[in-house]
Amino acid sequence: MSAHSHVDGQLPHEPEKATLEGRNKVLGFWLFLGAETVLFGTLFSAFLALRHQVGDGNPSGQELFELSTTAWATFILLTSSLTSVFAIQSMHTNKVKSMIVWLIITILLGLGFLGLEIVEFANYVDEGHKFSTSAFSTSFYTLVGFHGAHVLFGILWIGILIAQIFKKGLNVTTAPKIYVAGIYWHFIDVVWVFIFTVVYLMGKVG
Amino acid sequence: MAHAHAVKRYSGLMDWLTTVDHKKIGILYLISGGFFFLVGGLEALLIRIQLWKPLNDFVAAHTYNELLTMHGTTMIFLAAMPIIFALMNAIVPLQIGARDVAFPFVNAIGFWTFFAGGVLLNVSWFAGGAPDAGWTSYAPLATPTFSGGHGVDYYVIGLQIAGIGTLVGGINFLVTIINMRAPGMSFMRMPMFTWTAFITSALILFAFPALTVGLVAMMFDRLFGGNFFEPTNGGNAVLWEHIFWIFGHPEVYILILPAFGVISEVISTFSRKRLFGYSSMVFATVLIGFLGFMVWAHHMFTTGLGPVANALFSIATMLIAVPTGIKIFNWLFTMWGGSIRFTTANLFAVGFVPTFVMGGVTGVMLAAAPADFQYHDSYFVVAHFHYVIVGGLILGLFSGLYYWWPKMFGRMLNEGLGKLCFWTFFLGFHLTFFVQHFLGLMGMPRRVWTYLDGLGFNNLNMISTVGAFLMGVGTIVFLLNIVITSFKPRDAANDPWEDGRTLEWTIPSPAPEYNFAQTPLVRGYDAFWKEKMEGKKEMLPAEPLGSIHMPSPSILPFVMAIGLFIAGLGFMYGKGDYGDGFKAFLFNNHIVAILGMAITLFCMFLRSVYDDHGFHIEVDEITGDKGVKA
Amino acid sequence: MMNRWHVLKRLLPLLAGMVLLLSACGRADLSTLRPQGPVAEEQFGLMKLTITIMVVVVLIVFVIAGYVIIRYRRRPGDKSIPVQVEGNHKLEIIWTVIPIILLIIVGIPTVNSVFGLAKDYTKDPNAVQINVTAHQYWWEFEYPNLGVKTAQELLIPEGTIISVEAKTADVLHSFWIPSLAGKVDTNPGGNVNRMYFKADHTGVFLGKCAELCGPSHSLMDFKVKVVDKASFDRWVAAMKNPVALPEDQEIATVLNKQCLTCHAIGDKGVQLYPNLTGIGSRESVGGKLINTDQPEYANEGSVEENLKTWIKDPQAVKPGTLMPKVDLTDQQIDAIAKYLAGLKLDY
Repeated sequence: MSAHSHVDGQLPHEPEKATLEGRNKVLGFWLFLGAETVLFGTLFSAFLALRHQVGDGNPSGQELFELSTTAWATFILLTSSLTSVFAIQSMHTNKVKSMIVWLIITILLGLGFLGLEIVEFANYVDEGHKFSTSAFSTSFYTLVGFHGAHVLFGILWIGILIAQIFKKGLNVTTAPKIYVAGIYWHFIDVVWVFIFTVVYLMGKVG
Repeated sequence: MAHAHAVKRYSGLMDWLTTVDHKKIGILYLISGGFFFLVGGLEALLIRIQLWKPLNDFVAAHTYNELLTMHGTTMIFLAAMPIIFALMNAIVPLQIGARDVAFPFVNAIGFWTFFAGGVLLNVSWFAGGAPDAGWTSYAPLATPTFSGGHGVDYYVIGLQIAGIGTLVGGINFLVTIINMRAPGMSFMRMPMFTWTAFITSALILFAFPALTVGLVAMMFDRLFGGNFFEPTNGGNAVLWEHIFWIFGHPEVYILILPAFGVISEVISTFSRKRLFGYSSMVFATVLIGFLGFMVWAHHMFTTGLGPVANALFSIATMLIAVPTGIKIFNWLFTMWGGSIRFTTANLFAVGFVPTFVMGGVTGVMLAAAPADFQYHDSYFVVAHFHYVIVGGLILGLFSGLYYWWPKMFGRMLNEGLGKLCFWTFFLGFHLTFFVQHFLGLMGMPRRVWTYLDGLGFNNLNMISTVGAFLMGVGTIVFLLNIVITSFKPRDAANDPWEDGRTLEWTIPSPAPEYNFAQTPLVRGYDAFWKEKMEGKKEMLPAEPLGSIHMPSPSILPFVMAIGLFIAGLGFMYGKGDYGDGFKAFLFNNHIVAILGMAITLFCMFLRSVYDDHGFHIEVDEITGDKGVKA
Repeated sequence: MMNRWHVLKRLLPLLAGMVLLLSACGRADLSTLRPQGPVAEEQFGLMKLTITIMVVVVLIVFVIAGYVIIRYRRRPGDKSIPVQVEGNHKLEIIWTVIPIILLIIVGIPTVNSVFGLAKDYTKDPNAVQINVTAHQYWWEFEYPNLGVKTAQELLIPEGTIISVEAKTADVLHSFWIPSLAGKVDTNPGGNVNRMYFKADHTGVFLGKCAELCGPSHSLMDFKVKVVDKASFDRWVAAMKNPVALPEDQEIATVLNKQCLTCHAIGDKGVQLYPNLTGIGSRESVGGKLINTDQPEYANEGSVEENLKTWIKDPQAVKPGTLMPKVDLTDQQIDAIAKYLAGLKLDY
């Protein structure tokens, strides 16, 4: 039961599921992602309902979107998903250093993605596509912005976790945290794939 | 194993602010939910006074709209939901033989955020006007164009904060029930109340995020110039209706399922009989939960979705009658052949069955879309949902409270006062709402501030008002009962009703901090009853007596809720005109909002960085308690 | 001849009983239980079917519950343990299948009716086309094919399909004439809803707003006046007749300046707010003040008195109305009320 029984001995193969607390955390987090799915589902529905409401004289998605930029953003984020997988694999083989390296690469890629998104949004605002321009712009910024905020939260979270690993090492208390952050990172990746398809590709087609 | 962690165990007020004990959190939910129930009830009485005669001007028209909005919002989100959570917290871990919930800390966050949201919502009364667009808050009436003040802002942000609490509470119970059951407690051995708590939590998980998005969108429209529901800029008012009811309809089942669970427990216990058709009850509960997500548009038959949608949603809605009917007959046949004892708890439960059927059949009537064109937004609908929510849920909650009161507080409620409470509340309820069916059919729309004389509405409205006061009397009798019994000694037995069937009746009343000195071994459905029938007095332990690990109390959940409260106020007043002063600097730059968010996020940071090692309750302390053998 | 009388005489008490029963179901011009046209009739038919089935269901539950409560109550000192029945497949199948059958009985006419009532009459040349626009807190009725616009009182010919296209100018409202047809919401943003109805005979029927729309939601009543076809044609013609301004020059100027900047009377004025043509022959002022020469209730009075009450302080009559308290002397109000009360249409 105690969270400390493994601190000094070697870590079990799946340290995130070694304790009841860990199993609870992992299951609870999966359920939380279920809620997040409904959240993004509703945001997508709102966006789909409003995406043609551009209004007179305002730029449409077709005019705005630069597919090359978003393709790069997609590539970066998908890569970061891969690196987070490597981090979890390192954790399962108890290679703490390589885990930390992969986590750092993951958040660097996340930062790159965020940077591209900020530049993109700034360009849109310059072109007259502001938050309150039209129903399309409001629902666009809300959906994509919610995702961006998730990425930002993930970066901060994984950053704090890395610091904790440095201080406390990998154990049955920290392992579930890393594991759960990994699932979270995949989730925001999957959401992005949908955003790329529904918002950008479909927006480009018209 | 040595446990050197010295953990401060608080007492007094600090104990309540920092507790992560599910039983204490349950009591906190009960007190605050009960308080908001009184507030919502007072609002209802003011509404009924206004309507007791035609062309009355007891309250002004806009005040009336505030009252009806706050009555609905308060009763659903701030009274019914927390009292459900009170029972779930107090009982579910005991029923599955768990020492605790899966996330005690998160549980406390759930309570405090709910409470902060509820308080914030009610602050609106003192801050220039409560929300007045109905609990459904339909756009465009709720958009800034037609609702200038801060009323609807309080609705949007208050519910958002309270909604976070509900969502994390739901996740907590799902994980608790999946991961923390005692050995032998398989899913198909779980007590019915735990089953309904499980399904309700699942519904919360999938329904509340839709509300979150709806409220965020409405908040963006109101505070940051968004256009989700602003028709002039391409926004879509019907979109709000969809989002609201995709949440709103499952919400109805979130409310009623736990009442079904309570009724199943109470009727079975006081009939001294196993629940009839347990597996079909479980099946029906799951099916109702599932269908609950398929029927939201029956609230929108008159919105103009077209005949195909109306026909589909009509049929889907009618289907819900089938599993509900299964439940009704299972309860009746649980009593059939039993030995029924009419305690107050059972009076409420037995009264529930026909009352809920009356609310259920009007539901089927409403499901027929063409007929609904007549019923919709009339007093017929008001009668219908009060029959299911008051006649269903509230009777169920009263039943549950009388039933589990000794387990929560160690004292039995007075049966004489309890019966008085039942009869006044029950008769008052039918008097209030039965006549409202006819008012609706006779052409009285709902949410009306007043009605003209000579339309034939006068007598029925007066009857309805008299009934409402009778319900008020019933509620006061309940409060009296609580006060009077609180002076009696805490002497309730482990199994005070003597016919207890489930695990919560195997442990002392009230339950000790660690619930079970030894985790019980469950050998079948109605685990305790099974042991009793084999002549045993208690459960077989599934583990040797040992020290018990407990989570530490923490003030962080409380502080996090305060942070959200501050942030909410900051967002709301961000656009106000404060001149050039310090206040303008604080609010117009959203500094207050950011500060509030920072408080909450910093608490999350602290929680992540500082591990909670908890503390241990040692064996001698456990054996010192009553009712435990070494 | 005599025989028929006898039959009727015998039926009389029964008829009286029926009338008594019906009067308990509300006013004929307002109650959904006393339909006055085929649409409300069809909806009432569905209501009767479902109510009958549901009353049977409720009675079955009541009887079983009553029997169980009395028969199986615990006698004092009874320590016996009843048989612990797990369930009964036969019974459980029965109470699953019977509700399904009942639902099929309800479901088929429901679906039938859903599609029947969604029929589109907007292109039907025999139907009267009406555009309904809801406002806080009044109703605008436009007859697009007849070139007529009016407010608060929908005048229609008897026995004719009335095809409605409804929308709102501000917030959601819902257009409801309980004794003639169920309601339809009025949505903003070009989202127009269709419905149709028909009145079997002449008379005045009460209409209501059924969606919370602000403080005066409860006072947003309108009337549906059903007349014979010839009268209807005369009314349409009369609506287009030019209207004379008051003879008193001062009042005419005040009217022009203070009233006709928002309202229209005949060919004069602006169509922003309720059209006042023929207001003297309407059933009510502001939907709330009922026009009658035998006032019985606080909100009743002659047209002229009601107009005075309304113009003097619209907010007191209808909280939240957009009609301002116009800067007029009492004499001016009296004169304008008198003039408006005299605006009657012959049809």
